[in-house]
Amino acid sequence: MYTIGERINGMFKSVGAAIRERNPEPIHDLVRRQLEAGADCLDVNVGPASADPAEAMEWLVKTIREVTDAPLAIDTTKPEVMRKGLELAGPNSIINSTKGQQDQLDIFIPMAVEYQAKLIALTIDENGIPRDANGRSEIALRVVAAAMEKGLDPSQLMIDAVILPVNVTQETPGHVLETIRGIKLLSDPPPLTVLGLSNVSQGTQQRALINRTYLVMAIAEGLDAAIADVLDTELMDAMITAELLLNRAVYCDDFLKAYRSR
Amino acid sequence: MSFEMPIEKWASAVNTVTIGATSEEGGTRASTVTVGGDTTLPFLDFEGKSPNRPAIAMEVLDMPPDEWPSPLAEALGGVCQDPGAWARKCVEEVGADMICLRLVGAHPERGDRSPEECAETVKAVLGAVGVPLIIWGCGDASKDNEIIPRCSEAAAGENCLLGTAVQDNYKTITAACMADGHKLITEAPLDINIQKQVNILVTDMGLDPSRIVMYQSTGGLGYGMEYAYSIMERTRLAALGGDKMLSMPMLAQVGSESWRAKEARAPDEAAPEWGPVAERGVIWEATTASCFLHGGTHIFVMWHPRAVELLRKTIDSLVSQEN
Repeated sequence: MYTIGERINGMFKSVGAAIRERNPEPIHDLVRRQLEAGADCLDVNVGPASADPAEAMEWLVKTIREVTDAPLAIDTTKPEVMRKGLELAGPNSIINSTKGQQDQLDIFIPMAVEYQAKLIALTIDENGIPRDANGRSEIALRVVAAAMEKGLDPSQLMIDAVILPVNVTQETPGHVLETIRGIKLLSDPPPLTVLGLSNVSQGTQQRALINRTYLVMAIAEGLDAAIADVLDTELMDAMITAELLLNRAVYCDDFLKAYRSR
Repeated sequence: MSFEMPIEKWASAVNTVTIGATSEEGGTRASTVTVGGDTTLPFLDFEGKSPNRPAIAMEVLDMPPDEWPSPLAEALGGVCQDPGAWARKCVEEVGADMICLRLVGAHPERGDRSPEECAETVKAVLGAVGVPLIIWGCGDASKDNEIIPRCSEAAAGENCLLGTAVQDNYKTITAACMADGHKLITEAPLDINIQKQVNILVTDMGLDPSRIVMYQSTGGLGYGMEYAYSIMERTRLAALGGDKMLSMPMLAQVGSESWRAKEARAPDEAAPEWGPVAERGVIWEATTASCFLHGGTHIFVMWHPRAVELLRKTIDSLVSQEN
């Protein structure tokens, strides 16, 4: 399971303040803590409030690179901000994200090829978020076809089937699981699947419980990666245990410690 | 339609471990042995690399064995009173890459030799040969905790391989290993889960994973060989898949396990239909070794000189030319 730590996001108050004040300490601290907690990659989002998002992204990526070479997921919808982030982050980065409509794919797929980055594609198009699994799979198929046409190997694609809060649309978690299962049949090699996990519990009273229960369900369906709060120890424990139960790691009594000492 | 070889891409590799230290490295060995570094399953040289040849160690006991089947007595009987002479014969006449000195004489029910006597034997063998040394305890946990630290100290700087750390007794040997600059054998009773657990326990004490060699208490031909093979295979797959707690090279005790089998030992008159004992035990040992070679074993501890020859021939025929 590939984990992308979600905490370096300007939406969080402390991160937003650090970006505004160009204060590297809180960012360095979040980098270290998320990597120690087991993150394979760190999401980087300057948040909605930045006056000059490209400049903020430049500062944020440079600040992160002062303490780690770990892969980064550059999280923005703006192509020029994405380009700035990818240039500074280096190889093995992730583009987070493109939507499934053609005009966006025309921009981000060549960008992924150019920077040898993975590309997260949301199953959203000009008509919005599909109502069911079939609609999501149709967009995913279109994305895979467009990627192959433009020379991006499907294994570099990460399809995000867009989970919505369970208290908003209660049928969506099921649709997303069905989509994850189906995506593996789209191509050979198949694209990867990813979830912006925390969204499932947005606005609920039991966020951590809902997040970790849903993550385990999605792992059982074949989920490859999650953008998640890796600082939630119980979430990570549940993920490690789910992988163990699926025989993706060799059991030993200290299996949690074994995973974390990778 | 042309055939395309299916190539598996592995994320990781087996650790590379060197045993022995020359004078430039702070020891007195004339040669060192490096094993591991494999990036694919054994002998799939179209898929990845196995940069280092499997190594052959020959076992030397610190006291003559109680009961030896005739082929072993004939081959080694002349030197079995003197560990130094025994080791020299293995290196000079048979070409052993390493010597595995097993301190059976320290066992309370055998010779009950003192830690000082054991340390003297270690020094004698180090003085007799220039190859790297494996120092193996007597198998009695509390006695091993007395003798291993003294032997480790006596061989300080020689970068020996000390054995063995087990789940219920690992602290003393691991501490000795770290203090005197040696490598460590972690042992499990044909159990991959326990193997991984012992590796976690010893690395938790601060021993770097790159200083560990793994040993699954080997089962010989007819006595669990296929089970040992399947564990080796699964361990190798875990290493290639990136499991850092199962990425160490593997050792097999082929000699002692093979010659325990009644099929290897029984004299001609007891089982005439099994063929001559002069051949049987050697073939038993060589066959067991050949199986573990395919399973991914890196260090073989062998007994009979002719079994060593057969194993070496098998390795020669399998190791690709560029190695």
